[in-house]
Amino acid sequence: MPLFSPTEFAKEQVLAVQEYSLLAGRSLSNVFTQPRYIADTLLQADLIGVGSLPIVVLTGFFTGAVLALQTSSTLQQFGSLSLTGKLVSLSMVRELGPVLTGLMVAGRNSSGMASELGSMKVTEQIDAMRAMGVDPSKKLVTPRVIATVVMLFFLSIISDLVGLTGGFMISFTLLGLDASQYWTTAYQALRFGDVIMGLSKPVVFGFIIASIGCYYGLSAKGGTQGVGRATTQAVVAASVLILVSDFFITRLLMGFFQY
Amino acid sequence: MRFEDVSIAFDHPVLEGISFQLPRGETKILMGVAGTGKTLILKLALGLLKPDSGHIDVLGNEITAMREQELFALRRNIGMVFQESALFDSLTVEENVAYRLIEETGRVTEEIHERVLEALRFVELEHTVSLFPAELSGGMRRRVAIARAIITQPEVLLYDSPTGGLDPVTSDRIIELIVKQRDVYHTSSLMVTHRLQDAFTMASHYFDRQQNKMLPVGDGVDCGDLNTRFLILRDCKIIFEGNAAELLRCTDPYIREYLS
Ligand SMILES: Nc1ncnc2c1ncn2[C@@H]1O[C@H](COP(=O)(O)OP(=O)(O)OP(=O)(O)O)[C@@H](O)[C@H]1O
Ligand SMILES: [Mg+2]
Repeated sequence: MPLFSPTEFAKEQVLAVQEYSLLAGRSLSNVFTQPRYIADTLLQADLIGVGSLPIVVLTGFFTGAVLALQTSSTLQQFGSLSLTGKLVSLSMVRELGPVLTGLMVAGRNSSGMASELGSMKVTEQIDAMRAMGVDPSKKLVTPRVIATVVMLFFLSIISDLVGLTGGFMISFTLLGLDASQYWTTAYQALRFGDVIMGLSKPVVFGFIIASIGCYYGLSAKGGTQGVGRATTQAVVAASVLILVSDFFITRLLMGFFQY
Repeated sequence: MRFEDVSIAFDHPVLEGISFQLPRGETKILMGVAGTGKTLILKLALGLLKPDSGHIDVLGNEITAMREQELFALRRNIGMVFQESALFDSLTVEENVAYRLIEETGRVTEEIHERVLEALRFVELEHTVSLFPAELSGGMRRRVAIARAIITQPEVLLYDSPTGGLDPVTSDRIIELIVKQRDVYHTSSLMVTHRLQDAFTMASHYFDRQQNKMLPVGDGVDCGDLNTRFLILRDCKIIFEGNAAELLRCTDPYIREYLS
């Protein structure tokens, strides 16, 4: 076995980042050139959006509910239980809605894309596509990126709303809060900056999920085992990148809206 | 098509200083033991891989100097039959065969359906039109791949071991198709094969349009008219290039052993 060489390793990493950036860039620039694969995009949107709806609703609901439970015990100590709605709404809209939805969809769809494209890669179907003059980045990557970005945007909004409802259920039934009080504080807590933050995150996360999934799929090699490896790596990389970029977006927008 | 001093290496050198020409209308049969880089030559000709050095000209374009984005248009004039068929397994036979046509119109029109049936009739697989590749046998998949490659009547056809691992009856059927493509449409082609018998069948038979079948060339006719030549690869290099008669006269001990 050859010795581990740090320079080789570093070169490989740099090359991988470069290839990923090229693919990501191309997936965006393809939007502006013919042909556009509308049917493929709609199919992916259905797969990603409608398919992820159940898990997004479930995670959103229970996250909102547990948030209300957790914060209420602290708030009770200060005698300000009425602020539950505000806390749930701020945490859901700014952070947990987009991030949890992103992680869920990453687990579901980054892996799906990596394994689908990976299998096509190792069975030469990608080569066959190129051989027939069809650009895989146009036919496969761009539709997935667009579909994921658009769908994650709406899924996050749904997750926010369902989370707020979950929080409301707990506040109303267990904590005995007044319905209108909950919704009013929840609504009034949100400022323009919070909403912008909550809506810009899923756009970035969606792009990460699809581009990472496709990148790992298209660079799969080494037979079925390689496909398995690509799938795992895609989920891990997408999830980590979502959390890292979440930090930076939050920091950036906080500075911008002067919190 | 022209290869000029093309070399490529992976962990070890695979092709070194490969040069040959494929004039319009000619069929070249590429032979050599497993792993000598025959598939690589076809992939290089399509620009799916870039050589480490050397130049490759295809249909008047130097593809070694072109970017991937520019190659897509050129590749539409070239048909390739992959060694493992490489059919899209989530599409039906019809969608596979019509892939390039659907690409242009966006959907299966009545006219495309007719052309698909015609191409499938050519390979005698009309009845499989709505099946999925997984439901076909290996030989049927290979024939679907041929139909997919010829449906647009490209100017160049690349066949990678179209008869590999198939029984003699199916192999003969496929060779007949390739001969038909050669003699009816005069397509330039590069064909990889492991079966010597196929190679000699191709060099000694012609396609008779009246009787719609392949016939052996009569005694008086020169095989050179069939426009079929051989290339033999060994240890990264081309060790033989010529027609069937020259091949049979060749005295190189390695080639004699290969032929026997
Ligand atoms: N992507 C690749 N990475 C590393 N090595 C490769 C790659 N593709 C081909 N090779 C090497 O190149 C050599 C030639 O491969 P190629 O597939 O062209 O052989 P072939 O002549 O088509 O063989 P066969 O008759 O078995 O199909 C092999 O030794 C193989 O190990
Ligand atoms: Mg091969």
